[in-house]
Amino acid sequence: MKELLEGSRAVAEIVKLCKPGVISAYPITPQTHIVEELATMVNNGELSAQFVNVESEHSAASLVLGGVATGVRSYTATSSQGLLYMGEVIFNIAGMRLPLVLTCANRAVSAPINIWNDQQDSLSLRDAGWVQLYAENLQEVADFHLMAYRIAEDKSIMLPVMVCMDGFILTHGMEPLDVPEQGQVDKFLPAYKALYKLDPAEPVSMGLLADPDYYLETRFALQETLKDVLKLLPKVSAEFKSVFNRDYKDCLIEEYMVKDAEKVIVAMGSVCGTVKEVVDELRKKGKKVGLLKVISYRPFPYQRIYDSLKDVAKVGILDKAVSLGAYPPLAAEIKGAFCGKKKSPKVISSFVAGLGGRDITPETVKEVFLKLNQKEVNNEFIDLKPELLKESYGE
Amino acid sequence: MKEIRIHARAGQGAITTAALLGYAYFKEDKFPYAFPHFGAARMGAPMNAFVRVDDVPVRLRSQIYEPDFVLIVDATLMRGYNCFSGLKEKGVAIINEKEELELPKMKPSQKVFLVPASDIALKTIGRPLGNTTLIGAYAAATGELKLETVLEVIRIRFSGKAMEGNLEAIKQGYDYVKHKLLKG
Repeated sequence: MKELLEGSRAVAEIVKLCKPGVISAYPITPQTHIVEELATMVNNGELSAQFVNVESEHSAASLVLGGVATGVRSYTATSSQGLLYMGEVIFNIAGMRLPLVLTCANRAVSAPINIWNDQQDSLSLRDAGWVQLYAENLQEVADFHLMAYRIAEDKSIMLPVMVCMDGFILTHGMEPLDVPEQGQVDKFLPAYKALYKLDPAEPVSMGLLADPDYYLETRFALQETLKDVLKLLPKVSAEFKSVFNRDYKDCLIEEYMVKDAEKVIVAMGSVCGTVKEVVDELRKKGKKVGLLKVISYRPFPYQRIYDSLKDVAKVGILDKAVSLGAYPPLAAEIKGAFCGKKKSPKVISSFVAGLGGRDITPETVKEVFLKLNQKEVNNEFIDLKPELLKESYGE
Repeated sequence: MKEIRIHARAGQGAITTAALLGYAYFKEDKFPYAFPHFGAARMGAPMNAFVRVDDVPVRLRSQIYEPDFVLIVDATLMRGYNCFSGLKEKGVAIINEKEELELPKMKPSQKVFLVPASDIALKTIGRPLGNTTLIGAYAAATGELKLETVLEVIRIRFSGKAMEGNLEAIKQGYDYVKHKLLKG
């Protein structure tokens, strides 16, 4: 049914339909309304789950690690410093092959303190072994959560999935979306049956010491499984379409007016909506421009992106995060996709915008398209205020 | 596409205002995107909420710089800011009236409605929260929303005394502007 919901509420509604048995949260800043709504649902008896308030994000992550380890579908949400504080456990959850789903409300990280949106938090944890999906709008946010559990719990995968949604822009934004019926969700997402679990009747140990004779293979196995996710996502997406009648194609990338484009912007998340508006405007003026939206950042669909962009003359990557001292997180991957290949865009420029909630306007996007006329640039920050860049020190 | 910018202080209900406007448009089969922009995270800090609405799903995610409509919940904000910045040529501004309010020079095609929303709210709701009154005034001033739709949204979102008070506030806000329009 079409409903008008705030993003955080939409996530809570969809998570409820996924019937998690364990939910944990550290319920203060930088938490979102998501867990507040879920706590209400559990309290009202709408959702039969154990909701545990803990004393930190490190504990929140540890608690759901334990939940999934005992064979129970689990859920948590966080953002920014909260996700970073979970960091250690985030690596453990993937290493222990536990199919948790976590929502990251993308926000900037300190210092200086900033509560607003960018994508630095989740991108800083890109190497943890999680699948990371980035949503453009609330419908995608909702739908990606359903697919996230399917991917995570697939017997051939058994890895956690992070659904990333832009903080405030999506978490606090209200827009209409189709919220599915419980029956549809049950059809698409059957109850979780763990391959292995902590059970006093049949004791096992998890996350044990792997000495140099064993550790390398565990990381290799993670790497191989993430390749399998690239093959599984399109299948799950096709099945999703058959149940819910919404088509995310391969659910790895979305191509918008890319086919005959001479200039293409690559981006992730809600900014893609703004880029699409600009693409439409420029197309009306006869400019051959397009957008390539990356949905799956981990695993990264190199081949798919190569096929999509190999004949495009100029590519501009718009990152909402930095990898300080190096190419930005999305740009590095896009450049990598063409390394040593036969075909490649003549220009692959990388831009950084929107950090710490700096508004990305249509003008920001147009500037990126305009700067593609110049020779290749890297780490070009857009919308900088020069007056704030003058250095001054106290005597 | 129409764009509304709401000026308020944190705690004055700007997000609720945006949400209620969004609901009303949604009820009229439009596609709203209602969203806040916070300043400093404390009560009383100036903040904005926005509604962008269209006949198709809204994709544009930036803040609103050239609004069709401006709602000013707290007129004291006009001292430090240009709340009318970027207001469209035929834009409409609705202001919670405050005594000795100095208005900037507007373009002849722009319309400004001063509504004693806090006074109306004090009488109807019992607290000086003028948001819903301004929504009633908005419906009358812009013709964008039917009064009945706005009232229906209030009946869904509120209950008991709060519902009764807000329904009355909206009607009075609506009538106040209608009356002004009739008088010319």
